[in-house]
Amino acid sequence: MLANQIGYYSLILGLLLSVLLCGISIKDFNNSSKQINQKVLSLSFLQLVFVIVSFLSLIFSFVNSDFSNETVFNNSHTTKPLFYKISGTWGNHEGSLLLWLLVLTLFIFLFLIKSREQPKKYRILTLLFQQIIIIGFFLFVLLTSNPFNYLFPIPIEGLGLNPILQDPALAIHPPILYLGYVGTSIIFSSSLAAVTQNYISKEWGQHVKKWVLVSWVFLTLGIMLGSIWAYYELGWGGFWFWDPVENVSLMPWLTLTALLHCIIVLERRAALTSWVVILSITTFTLSMCGTFLVRSGILNSVHTFANDPTRGIFILIFLFVLIALSLGVFFLFHNENNKSSNNFFWLSRETSILINNWFMMYFLSVVLIGTVYPIFLDVISSEKISVGPPFYQKLIVPFLIPFLLFMSLGPRLKWVKSKIENKYSLIITFIISVILTFFILKNLTTDLLFYTVLVSVAFFLFFTTLKELFIKKLNNTGQTVAHLGFSLLILSILFNSILSSEIITNIKVGEKYNYSEGEIFFKKAEERKESNFNAIIGHFEIKDKSGKIIELKPEIRVYNQPIIITSEADIKTTLLDDKFLAMNLVKGNEYFNIRYQVKPFMVWIWISVLLLSFGGLMSLLKKRYEK
Amino acid sequence: MKNKLSSFVVIIFLSFCFVVFYKGLNNPNTYSPKIKDKKNIPIFEAKDFNSNSYLNSEKIFEEDIFYIINIWASWCVPCRTEHPLLMGLSKNQSVKLIGLNYRDNLNNAKKFINKFGNPYSQIIIDEDGTLSVEFGAFGVPETFIIDKNKKIIKKIVGPINKEIVEEIKLIIK
Repeated sequence: MLANQIGYYSLILGLLLSVLLCGISIKDFNNSSKQINQKVLSLSFLQLVFVIVSFLSLIFSFVNSDFSNETVFNNSHTTKPLFYKISGTWGNHEGSLLLWLLVLTLFIFLFLIKSREQPKKYRILTLLFQQIIIIGFFLFVLLTSNPFNYLFPIPIEGLGLNPILQDPALAIHPPILYLGYVGTSIIFSSSLAAVTQNYISKEWGQHVKKWVLVSWVFLTLGIMLGSIWAYYELGWGGFWFWDPVENVSLMPWLTLTALLHCIIVLERRAALTSWVVILSITTFTLSMCGTFLVRSGILNSVHTFANDPTRGIFILIFLFVLIALSLGVFFLFHNENNKSSNNFFWLSRETSILINNWFMMYFLSVVLIGTVYPIFLDVISSEKISVGPPFYQKLIVPFLIPFLLFMSLGPRLKWVKSKIENKYSLIITFIISVILTFFILKNLTTDLLFYTVLVSVAFFLFFTTLKELFIKKLNNTGQTVAHLGFSLLILSILFNSILSSEIITNIKVGEKYNYSEGEIFFKKAEERKESNFNAIIGHFEIKDKSGKIIELKPEIRVYNQPIIITSEADIKTTLLDDKFLAMNLVKGNEYFNIRYQVKPFMVWIWISVLLLSFGGLMSLLKKRYEK
Repeated sequence: MKNKLSSFVVIIFLSFCFVVFYKGLNNPNTYSPKIKDKKNIPIFEAKDFNSNSYLNSEKIFEEDIFYIINIWASWCVPCRTEHPLLMGLSKNQSVKLIGLNYRDNLNNAKKFINKFGNPYSQIIIDEDGTLSVEFGAFGVPETFIIDKNKKIIKKIVGPINKEIVEEIKLIIK
């Protein structure tokens, strides 16, 4: 109860500090001193502290199962393990907004202490733009989604956390994702500040690159964790479903990746300034837009916590205010002073990055249209459609071929003007890739030509980056590692989708099922009781062609609060493949429906994404080294 | 001039997006799929909510009037928002409401009814959700309108609202 009060008043104090901070920094703006008023820094720290206190008091209420708090009542239960009580804090609408605020205030504070060498006016303006966002979110939390609503009479028991959210990967997915997703706000604020100060320059590029990298690394990891959760917990046997919610995290990732590459050009050649600004604005706008789409209930998904229309309207208006503000700033202040530097020689690093951007924009528009078109259609013609994976695959996969090809060649080019070096070794690498692919795929796929070309270019990228990593002097390792990770990712996804096999059948205890590749034996079923669920565990033995036996134990769980039946797949992971078995009840008899899948190179998808973000991390640390 | 034109285009485009999203928000997640050939209601046997005895479908739909089947659960939040409207509909003499309690805890469901009122003339239990599947349900809440020939003539996915109630009243008149 006390925690409730503390949390609530900390939020109000945090909001008041925002207003105070704006006032002081506006006054400080025309002050002749070179450094920002020390008060600004202290107040910004204090604001962060208040948000942390508020966040901790919500965690405290969750841990104590304090059901006088409405959020806790709606999303927790006394029988829940401690770990999920804590993670339940951000597993709901109110708590996750508090996490938004936490990241917003954390990033502006870090920005202020990390940007001491930057011009004072630019820093103040960044603070002001960020405070506009922060005030918006404070108001949003306090007016529409207060996490500290008081309930009386105090219920004895809570309603429980949705069981599909009770998963370790999902417990850390929101904080990591938010560091990237909300972290883009600081890029937004600082680019608007830089535009007004006409400070989009090489120096600014070097400074803001760190922030882009931080957001990018966390966003990449956060998306991966979400994907791992979908794979292990939802038991759909895939890692990416083109669900609107996945798409809204992918869209800022695409623009952020494009931005990262533009900034590399900016810090070298002071070019592509409009691109940089527009991408910075778009990235954060897409983050906000994603929040709107999933939180307003306009789309249905696991992330839609509540359907309160006032919330949707608030974010919608706020989103458009931010868009109007940023476009206003862009049109009024941005002038591309040195147009000449945007004329690139056709064969140069800059051109290849520009091409990369166009591809990213294309991928972005495909995902964007697939996500929002159903909403537009529904409103305009009241027709309901859903856009599924084939749409995205048909439109994206073929374009990966030129994209990967440019990606293998681009980093080998020099800045300004270049020619292709080591033509012969490149050609030989390419021929090797094609031959290798052809022999691997010869008997595996029906669409041999298309897949050979696609997999060859992925191999080509893989080999060229691998060669670069080992042979070239290590001046740009971060980038090479990230590109290697990306090529590995594409390769694992392709082989995963080409080589996956699946068996679906009904089977009862004691029965054997024979198929061309082996045999599935349902040994027994047993029951198990846990504090928050009861489970039926199936014991299966699967014999493959070589006679090797593996045991798999999928579960059917019946959660008690709220009552939901979930199917927990059992997955045996090796470096080569994942063996995935899920079972479901069949109504009215002793048969169980089982789905057995062999998914090659599954673990490499996660490894390559880790490699990708590790590359980003290396670039980030390298920049610090030089200073 | 060119700059002005482009900002004008941008503003028009953004306003259009805003209007669409705004209308999309007010479009409730309710969805009434078109029914091409009117299906008979399935023949089934289900447990009664109050007495624990089994009822068959003929018995449940024996009268020569319109029926509304409403799939609900105590854990379903949108069900709470539509509940007052169901209470209103239940006062109508020319229709009977049948509640289909979907995958619920019986105690919680009883508390729900005690707290918000009982609009249903009969409640049957669908413990594992199979009966709802036989009706062709998408999720909870969902509402089916059944005419005097025992055919499903309309279904509404998602919580009902005032407009839908008016529509239902027109149908059953």
